Amino acid sequence: MQARKKYVLLGLCACCWLLLFYWGGGVQVRLLKLLGQQRGDVVRPWPDWTDRVLLPGYAQLEELQTGPGSAESPRQRHQAWTGIYKDSRCRMETCFDFTRCRRRGRDGFRVYVYPSEKGERGSESYRKILTSIGESRYYTTDPREACLFVLGIDTLDRDQLSGQFVPNLDDRIKGYPLWNEGRNHLIFNLYSGTWPNYTEDLGFNIGQAILAKASLNTEHFRPGFDVSIPLFSKDHPQKGGERGWLVRNTVPPRRKYLLMFKGKRYLTGIGSDTRNALHHIHNGKDIVSLTTCRHGKDWEKHKDARCDHDNLEYERFDYQELLHNSTFCLVPRGRRLGSFRFLESLQAACIPVLLSNGWELPFSDVIQWNQAVIEGDERLLLQVPSTVHAVGHERVLALRQRTQMLWDAYFSSVDKIVLTTLEIIKDRVFSHVSRNKYMWNALPGGLLVLPEYSTHLAHFPFYYLSLGVSPGQEFTAIIHAVSPLVSQSQPIMKLLQVVSKSKYCSQIIILWNSEKPLPPRSKWPPMPVPLTVTDGRRKTSSRFLPNVAIETEAVLSLDEDTVLLTSEVNFAFLVWMSFPERIVGYPPRSHFWDPVKNAWGYTSKWTNEYSIVLTGAAFYHRYYHYLFSHYLPPSLRALVDRTSNCEDILMNFLVSAVTHLPPIKVAQRKQYKELPSPQTVRLAPWANPEHFAQRQECVNSFASWFGYMPLVHSQFRLDPLLFKDQVSVLRKKYKDLERA
Amino acid sequence: MVRLSMCSSGKYSLRGPALIPRMKTKHRIYYITLFSVVLLGLIATGMFQFWPHSIESTADWSLDRRSMHDAPLIQLPVSNPIPERGDLSCRMHTCFDVYRCGYNPKNRIKVYIYPLQRFVDEGGVPISSTGLSREYNDLLSTISDSEFYTDDVTRACLFVPSIDVLNQNSLRIRETAQALAMLPRWDKGMNHLLFNMLPGGPPDYNTALDVPRDRALLAGGGFSTWTYRQGYDVSIPVYSPLSADVELPERHHHRPQRFTLPRRYFILSSQTAIHREYRAELERLKEENGEALLLLDKCSNLSQGVASARKRCYKGQVFDYPQILQESSFCVVLRGARLGQATLSDVLQAGCVPIILADSYILPFSEVLDWKRASVVIPEEKLPEMYTILKSIPHRQVEEMQRQACWFWDAYFSSMKAIGMTTLQIINDRIYPYAARTYEQWNNPPVVKWSSVNSPLFLPLIPPRSPGFTAVVLTYDRIESLFRVITEISKVPSLAKLLVVWNNQNKSPPEDSLWPKIAAPLKVVRTKENKLSNRFFPYDEIETEAVLAIDDDIIMLTSDELQFGYEVRERIPYRLVGYPGRLHLWDHEMGKWKYESEWTNEVSMVLTGAAFYHKYFNYLYTYKMPGDIKNWVDAHMNCEDIAINFLVANITGKAPIKVTPRKKFKCPECTAIDGLSLDQTHMVERSECINKFASVFGTMPLKVVEHRADPVLYKDDFPEKLKSFPNIGSL
Repeated sequence: MQARKKYVLLGLCACCWLLLFYWGGGVQVRLLKLLGQQRGDVVRPWPDWTDRVLLPGYAQLEELQTGPGSAESPRQRHQAWTGIYKDSRCRMETCFDFTRCRRRGRDGFRVYVYPSEKGERGSESYRKILTSIGESRYYTTDPREACLFVLGIDTLDRDQLSGQFVPNLDDRIKGYPLWNEGRNHLIFNLYSGTWPNYTEDLGFNIGQAILAKASLNTEHFRPGFDVSIPLFSKDHPQKGGERGWLVRNTVPPRRKYLLMFKGKRYLTGIGSDTRNALHHIHNGKDIVSLTTCRHGKDWEKHKDARCDHDNLEYERFDYQELLHNSTFCLVPRGRRLGSFRFLESLQAACIPVLLSNGWELPFSDVIQWNQAVIEGDERLLLQVPSTVHAVGHERVLALRQRTQMLWDAYFSSVDKIVLTTLEIIKDRVFSHVSRNKYMWNALPGGLLVLPEYSTHLAHFPFYYLSLGVSPGQEFTAIIHAVSPLVSQSQPIMKLLQVVSKSKYCSQIIILWNSEKPLPPRSKWPPMPVPLTVTDGRRKTSSRFLPNVAIETEAVLSLDEDTVLLTSEVNFAFLVWMSFPERIVGYPPRSHFWDPVKNAWGYTSKWTNEYSIVLTGAAFYHRYYHYLFSHYLPPSLRALVDRTSNCEDILMNFLVSAVTHLPPIKVAQRKQYKELPSPQTVRLAPWANPEHFAQRQECVNSFASWFGYMPLVHSQFRLDPLLFKDQVSVLRKKYKDLERA
Repeated sequence: MVRLSMCSSGKYSLRGPALIPRMKTKHRIYYITLFSVVLLGLIATGMFQFWPHSIESTADWSLDRRSMHDAPLIQLPVSNPIPERGDLSCRMHTCFDVYRCGYNPKNRIKVYIYPLQRFVDEGGVPISSTGLSREYNDLLSTISDSEFYTDDVTRACLFVPSIDVLNQNSLRIRETAQALAMLPRWDKGMNHLLFNMLPGGPPDYNTALDVPRDRALLAGGGFSTWTYRQGYDVSIPVYSPLSADVELPERHHHRPQRFTLPRRYFILSSQTAIHREYRAELERLKEENGEALLLLDKCSNLSQGVASARKRCYKGQVFDYPQILQESSFCVVLRGARLGQATLSDVLQAGCVPIILADSYILPFSEVLDWKRASVVIPEEKLPEMYTILKSIPHRQVEEMQRQACWFWDAYFSSMKAIGMTTLQIINDRIYPYAARTYEQWNNPPVVKWSSVNSPLFLPLIPPRSPGFTAVVLTYDRIESLFRVITEISKVPSLAKLLVVWNNQNKSPPEDSLWPKIAAPLKVVRTKENKLSNRFFPYDEIETEAVLAIDDDIIMLTSDELQFGYEVRERIPYRLVGYPGRLHLWDHEMGKWKYESEWTNEVSMVLTGAAFYHKYFNYLYTYKMPGDIKNWVDAHMNCEDIAINFLVANITGKAPIKVTPRKKFKCPECTAIDGLSLDQTHMVERSECINKFASVFGTMPLKVVEHRADPVLYKDDFPEKLKSFPNIGSL
């Protein structure tokens, strides 16, 4: 009996326990929570709510998908916008008349410059800007076809105290029939406001015009509409421009000084806060920060206790010397946000450390500045030394190379600054045919990447490595034919056979530039690859026309009388695969500086170095066809057509200007062209002495358009590995090349 | 169900002893049975109670079990101050207190989350109709789990309120603003970050949150260029809760050709609230271009219980949404009353390239993401031209855009966690710009990151004047041979300095007077250990960019050959430029790599018995060599040259340059095994090295080429004395 009682009691107990667990979860949870609160706060600050599953979504699916239907008609909205968002709230959608830029591509983007009035004397810098526009491929003299208008009046210096200040701008501008409240106008400015506050005031109403201004403040910057440009001096070169100062990537990358500054200290007024504090970080050893009070007429009036000591210290160091020998350069604001110092340190590969709060950096729309400069904060000046100390070697190397890349691509000349401004605006107007950020920030820079060609990175010769892809394993041969088709044994027939036998050849295009009409299809021999014959209209430059028929990335450009072997073609193509951004060809030529004539010279003699390979037989990327026809000015192409000469030199100029590298010559058998038989001597243009003189002239006129000499010399050629080695011929893959 | 069965078994055991009372002898057994059943019940119940919890946080299953209803209730007095409306001129340098973030060696901001409070007005009505939403809770948990989080309010740089303002529709604006102002550290909203996805309300739908918020930063979905404060606010996506529920089948096949498969439709429009003017426009496009376009709309006659959000219809045909998005190359994302659309997220998830038609819209994370590579932005006005514009995009580019779209979704859209972390990272990059992530890090999908090459030395620099090179000779004790090498090298015109690395610890180098007298400065460095890697140490004594590594027995190279090699390196600065070349081959029978030293038509390595290279590679070799390769080389006293070939090829993505013709070398690679002739074991060991290194690198970085560099006039029919490098290739 007792046992039974025991069992019953026990059973009841158990039941109670179970019930407690079953029903009394809450009690238990609360109990545990007490425990949890003490420990949970340390481990997991935002709790895992017990009732988290009960939380509602932030919005119903229906609400998200259907949304509130907009009652407002898009057209109405657009009209309403133009009324509201104007002047200081301008955006391309509201203040820019896209209908003026209807036509596609380059034709749609024409820039008109107002004629300058008689007796007007603009500043040197503004004259340079207008020259750049006038020589650019977007320039038009017809205001009716213009998409963008640029004033003839100098608006660069809007400081009333300046000698360059142009008064009464408002009245004069309003008199322009095309002004249209400034719509589609582009206004350049370097200096705004005046002493003591140096505001963003231009002293006239720019209305709906796009402002390309230096020292722009982020608050006044109309994003996606204005363009911030760098402050440049009146001595800034029109074109070409000096290269950056970095000539080698030394490691360790640190220079003698870590950080430097040498400049004025404003004793009073705007910008003086930052400059007055700069002396704090000076330590005379690795950080040199020097200020002088000596500027302006009445500096001694404001002079303080530090001035004399600082002025002495200031004289001890040379600015240029510091610029060359410092890893980082402080670029603090002056009276205005931007300073000449910025471009100076960029060129000197001295990594700029910016102390200019609120400065909209030049071309900030497209350039990723945090990869090239250190953006400091005026408020944290004293942190700057520890910040720059902490920048690692790898990063210094990267930042420094990036300063050079940007300098060279966008800032080294007025031409580049102006063209970049125009291209940025063009990219906005044709936003779906525009460069992506990578194109702007990778070598060779946005100006050399034409989005009308393609917006796909893999279509350009520059990005293969960074995309992790390699160029296609096929090429298109383009044969430039000038002599009529008379026999089946003439050189072009042989050439066709040779080229079509290459396993990498996917198509052949014959560019018919002869005086005789196009021969019928039957006259051409049967080919294992597709053969196209197109009419070149007897223009020499047509050989570099961006032919849509070219389907491969590699192009083999050939003269009809070129003599090659299939194995020579194959080898050169494989070399090109390793150097897809360069010209890879056979016969080399060279340029040199002739001090007697004080001009560039051109030589076809055999020398130990070369800077040109003839495009009568050369591989290159098809993008260069596009650049040749669309990047180069019509004047140079006209020169080529007029003289029927120099197109190969121009192509070499172009490619070297893009890559900064020499072309590549590959191994070749002895003769390159058919030896001229007596009756063809007359026909062969390259045997003509006049032809040679023309080429000398060409080199000089090309160099003057580029503003510098882009060609680079090279001393080596690439041969097959066992070329002329004393090993069995049977082992050699390219044995044909050794036959004399 | 578990609980039910437990309960019944309990009852059974309860009845058990009552049924068999008379069996006294067996009572012990029943006693035990009963006890164990009860125990089992207890354990099972306990387990059940804690089951879901222990899955999620394995760290501590007894963590906290707080309910949101326990959060303190705060009553807002009507008279409480309201913050000012957001200041449109705010920028980081004007409205953000950077002193709070300070200098920080990790370059990481600290984020504090306010504890949850429930705000009600004086009438006891909550300020928000939904309270804390699931998404906002996820977001806050993410932040609190991340490395950004701090629970120390005094050390925080950024504050995140626990007031959920994701959806403005569910908020009472005035009261929410008052609640914000009541936060203990509010201080005019300085350094506070608010997350909002659905801004504005009827009728005109503002593009930014209407709640007055002083200087607080806003991470908003649907900014226009007029409300977005560039460099201050962060534009975020409108999160699509569908993505958590729906697994898109296509995404799960991790096939590389996933993007190359042709899709059925060219353009798809799946939004349901398109303004009739635009719908008319789309209809017209459809009429012109037919089947390539699919225009979906709401379904009007769905049976009960089917979620209309998951279906779309076209002329009575029903399609599953969002699955149908995977069938199209391009998908229209048109603005509605709001600029930000959740559809964008669905579209990206399906790997469909969004066509964005929303003038003035600031795309999500546009500060760091390059949308031009993943989308097509067309002005609304150009909607009629949409088809022509899209047709002009080459096929390969569309594929790349699809891949990019998928990647954006994976990395930045897929969850509240992704959205929250990206937002914080962007703000972090602004505060520590010198430690900011790069374009490639943000935009390159993992496939590209893996296969692409971004060499730290990328700028082609060709110095105008020759600065010369430093020759580094590694030697042990072969003095005679060493002196001959020194004498030979000293004849090279561009030699700037000669550095002898004395690798013998038991013997001192000869006295100064015994060394050959040469024009260039000669330095001797003594090493602490006889290691092969001493050859590639970045000695401070090396002041030139160009380094010539040379063995102490390479006496057969002429000064012309060396000078030429130097000139080639100056023109192709970031490669290994060497003399004897070697090749790696795939051995099909063995299924592994093989080392080849025969004279072949190809080359993928150059031996460093004599090679020019950039000093930077010394750094890489010494400090950045992946895995244990460096130690392995030192232990085996072999393959240091193969290792540097791997390293340089991996970082440049290019093959080395072999210069000058074939030459009889006195087995340049056997110096380590002291003059033994090229034997089989040596080859086997070198092959092993290649296989070992390839597995450490995870790939085979070596590139094979068929060319070598010779002087321009090499073997040309030209007077030898006029050639720059006449003495080349003589055996």
